Amino acid sequence: MDKTILPYLISGVSVGGQYALIAIGYTMVYGILRLINFAHGDVFMVAGLMMVYAAAAMPLSLAIPLVIILTVLLGFTIERVAYRPLRTAPRMSVMISAIGVSYLLQNLALYITGGLNKNYPQIPWISDRVTVLGMETSRVTIITPFLTVFLVVLLVLLINHTKIGMAMRAVSLNFETSQLMGIRINSVISATFIIGTFLAAVGSMLFFTNYPGVVPTSGAMPGLKAFVAAVFGGIGSIPGAVIGAFIIGIAESLIKGLDTILIVNGTITEQIGLATFSDAFTFVLLIIILVFKPTGLFGEKTTDKV
Amino acid sequence: MKKILAVALVLCLVLAVAPMAFADNPVVKIGVFEPQSGDNGAGGKQEILGMQYANQLTPTVDIDGTTYDVELVYADNASANDKAPTAAQSLISSGVSLVLGSYGSGVSIAAGDTFAAAEVPAIGVTCTNPQVTSECEVYFRICFLDPFQGTVLANFAKSELGATKAYCLAKQGDDYSGGLCNYFIDAFGKDACVYEQFPEGTSDFSTYITNAQNQGCDVFFSPVSTEAAAQIIAKADTQALGMPILAGDTWDSNVILNAAKGKDLKICVTTFYQEGADPDFDKGIKEWIKNDTTALANNGGNDELAAVTVMGFDAYYVALEALKAAGSVDPADVLETLPSLEYTGVTGKIAFDDIGDALRDSAFVKTCNTETGAWDFVTVATVG
Amino acid sequence: MKAVRTPEENRRISWFCFFATLAFLGLVLLLDQLIKPTSPMYMLLTVLQKGSVYALAAVSMNLLNGCTGLFSLGHAGFMLIGAYTYAIFTIPSASRDTVYQYYDAAVRFSFPEVFGNAMGPAGTALGVLVAVILAGLMAAAFAYLIGLPVLRLKSDYLAIATLGFAEILRAVCQWQKLGPITNGSNLLKSFARVSKFKLVLGSTKLTLSTFVPVLIAAVSIMIIVKLINSTYGRAFKAIRDDEVAAEAMGINLAKHKMISFTVSSFFAGVAGAMMAMVLSIAQASNFKSAMTYEILLMVVLGGIGSTSGSVIGSFLFVAASEWWLRGLDSGTFLGINAPNIFRNGFRLVVFSVIIMIVVLFFRQGIMGERELTDVWLNRRRARQKKKEAGK
Repeated sequence: MDKTILPYLISGVSVGGQYALIAIGYTMVYGILRLINFAHGDVFMVAGLMMVYAAAAMPLSLAIPLVIILTVLLGFTIERVAYRPLRTAPRMSVMISAIGVSYLLQNLALYITGGLNKNYPQIPWISDRVTVLGMETSRVTIITPFLTVFLVVLLVLLINHTKIGMAMRAVSLNFETSQLMGIRINSVISATFIIGTFLAAVGSMLFFTNYPGVVPTSGAMPGLKAFVAAVFGGIGSIPGAVIGAFIIGIAESLIKGLDTILIVNGTITEQIGLATFSDAFTFVLLIIILVFKPTGLFGEKTTDKV
Repeated sequence: MKKILAVALVLCLVLAVAPMAFADNPVVKIGVFEPQSGDNGAGGKQEILGMQYANQLTPTVDIDGTTYDVELVYADNASANDKAPTAAQSLISSGVSLVLGSYGSGVSIAAGDTFAAAEVPAIGVTCTNPQVTSECEVYFRICFLDPFQGTVLANFAKSELGATKAYCLAKQGDDYSGGLCNYFIDAFGKDACVYEQFPEGTSDFSTYITNAQNQGCDVFFSPVSTEAAAQIIAKADTQALGMPILAGDTWDSNVILNAAKGKDLKICVTTFYQEGADPDFDKGIKEWIKNDTTALANNGGNDELAAVTVMGFDAYYVALEALKAAGSVDPADVLETLPSLEYTGVTGKIAFDDIGDALRDSAFVKTCNTETGAWDFVTVATVG
Repeated sequence: MKAVRTPEENRRISWFCFFATLAFLGLVLLLDQLIKPTSPMYMLLTVLQKGSVYALAAVSMNLLNGCTGLFSLGHAGFMLIGAYTYAIFTIPSASRDTVYQYYDAAVRFSFPEVFGNAMGPAGTALGVLVAVILAGLMAAAFAYLIGLPVLRLKSDYLAIATLGFAEILRAVCQWQKLGPITNGSNLLKSFARVSKFKLVLGSTKLTLSTFVPVLIAAVSIMIIVKLINSTYGRAFKAIRDDEVAAEAMGINLAKHKMISFTVSSFFAGVAGAMMAMVLSIAQASNFKSAMTYEILLMVVLGGIGSTSGSVIGSFLFVAASEWWLRGLDSGTFLGINAPNIFRNGFRLVVFSVIIMIVVLFFRQGIMGERELTDVWLNRRRARQKKKEAGK
């Protein structure tokens, strides 16, 4: 029994950790700007592509920091060019702009790669094969959750104990008031985007080392799932997003193996194709939480303003 | 702003439509309906290579006493069934006499109706699903079919690999892998197979490999696109799959060889051509690929020959034969001559049966040598 | 500026629109006969066919997003329901077993056949019409069920929930256990499609491949315009402008949102059916959220809130991406030959840059919130004023 379910759990925890790193970007941006940054998943994909090209041109020890810097720069630029001019516009306009950026990034990736699958470079050590609890897997699978938790703890410390962190909390509490209090809104927002894309870049390295193929649409589904994780955990709450992401990762992995688990169990005798719902189940979770607890697991209650 | 936009758009329209080419000989156009992006982009590009090489060797054709220059007209069907009809239409509108392609069955099935409506004949190169020709009057093909290939693979799994329980993995909504798995299961026995489909955009194949291991299968059959194949191979290695992987003709590609090199895996495929069957041809095309940087890039960076490239090569000559026999560049005349056409190419004799399928009764089985990174010949398989 | 119209002007506008549509339909019918599939100009017909599908989809999305202010991203899901309903109920019984090659088909009749057997050729046409309407009704029924929980949600939560529902619908349609109905994840084909739409009058054969989709789109859009101009339409706009105020004015929020949502989805379903008949295949994997985004971008291009804008936006979008900019992908554009830059995918890059420019700098789109008729009316008034001043 254990032997059957364990591989799914480990793979689920690993995927969950990768989603968590993306989800933080969503939840922080939403907390401050009330914007679903649809382009975030595509930034994640672009980070993967940049790594493919960077690794072909230089050693990994240079490529990894360079890709992280470039990704952060990309996130920063997107905010500057596509979101800042629309700061006073209706929320729908900003969301449409985010969809436009996502469309642009995907098409750009399509053009550059020629629409072909790009093989992600093997990062030594973390992509090695290891045996854990009698199960063969790659080292990255084991490392991901620990690295994720470590980064999240750092982030929470940053938010709770530094000046910029305090400013972020203030802005997310009330945009206008914090502006009046002398907080430089623009730099706070830029900082948010920088942190969010930094984590997405790290997440992309873990994700693509684990699943080594980058296509223009690679970011779309992980992006959506990470956003759902953020909503599920309570949008604006960082621990919420992380826990949400782990739940979604594990659920997804278990559903993919559910047919097999049930067959080995003896509950059913033939495949019933439940794996079809591995993506859809994420959205079922989303709708359940939206209908019954719209603020998510850990979200704060907000009152609707007229 | 709006006026400028309008003027600019009209300009685009006029210039795009204006014809450019003035050649000495009259031109006959052959449409190349292949994926150049998406899941099957890499395979489509390899198939095109064969046609380009053939076109370079034989750039003209004599039709009814006149020498025509052959021009290949390309349309990218993007491996997507919804893009296929429009891509097909763009070929038809550019005045092609006949069409070659595609790699991947779904796009050919989807575009069949468009070709039929315009009565432009199409010759499938490596689309192996029966539906390509069965529902379409104008579609022919030069490759074998999935019921045949599935049976060959199932027999091979049973007798050569000694498998008793097979894990079959197809991509959801993909007619090639879905069809092939289906015929494999028919031949292998429904109760001895575990059949799963992964959704589009899946990158995590580790759970499917765990599923195969957990259900005690002893052969892993996954005739999916090369893109997914590379990921399956990577995961199969890290998770110590412990059973041979079996696949169809799409896997006969250097993408697989590159992915499998140095790994502890056994991979077997069925295919149309084994390198060495025609050494002169092999030498010529390898020389050409090596010296043409674009061709080299499209072939994945080395000169390892894919069977689909050879099939593309043969398809081009079948097209020329059809044009010669028709004695005209009119699609309707070409369509009329196709059923009775015969041609012996590099991959063997090509002739069509009454619904337009190729009369082929043998397939090559190859296995991947993970040390040298090349294909080793295993056997020629037929179904008795 | 939105012009307040007199009843006299209203009547004129209605007639003008009616005749303009009629003339346009006549022109399409003529083009249908003149342009053969092998002609280079056939791309024009392709654009008209696809454009009319997207026009209806965009107008129906605009009804919801632009006129009612409900930001929903579930359009692809409803189009999927429409396409499947239409396809399943028009596959001729002779082709059923080849289409459902891995399953035992559960639905074993087709409307065009049933009506065709009873009433001849007119019955076949009626059967297609019935299937199209049923496609809309199915989409509307699903919309009603989905609307019950999600319409209570606000702006972006509504967007993400509807997006989620569209993804769930897609997964359900691909489930192998539903194979006997939906053919699993495999494609549906051989159903009634545009290339088969012909009218035989004695010895003359009229091709209707483009005429039929354009006609369906025109009639549907007219109905939507009627709805927008009715008291319901004004209530929708009141909800969009200020929900609380609208409620205070006595507008039943839940009811009106639901009406807008189901009507919009009905026409999305019809658009889905048209999509199937134009593409001649239907497959769940094509109805991804990317399709919803594309339709949304068409609405934005035309101007959110403007019906004629949505129509113009979608025809421009389709024509540019399918036809005018194709050269960008194949090496030569505007006579410039640069195969290294103009290669596969460049068209879409240029296209998305244009869209980003519109989104950022021309937020009003082509029409803003105006309609073509407003433009026409303003011109007319200006002319009249001039005349009066001249006297």
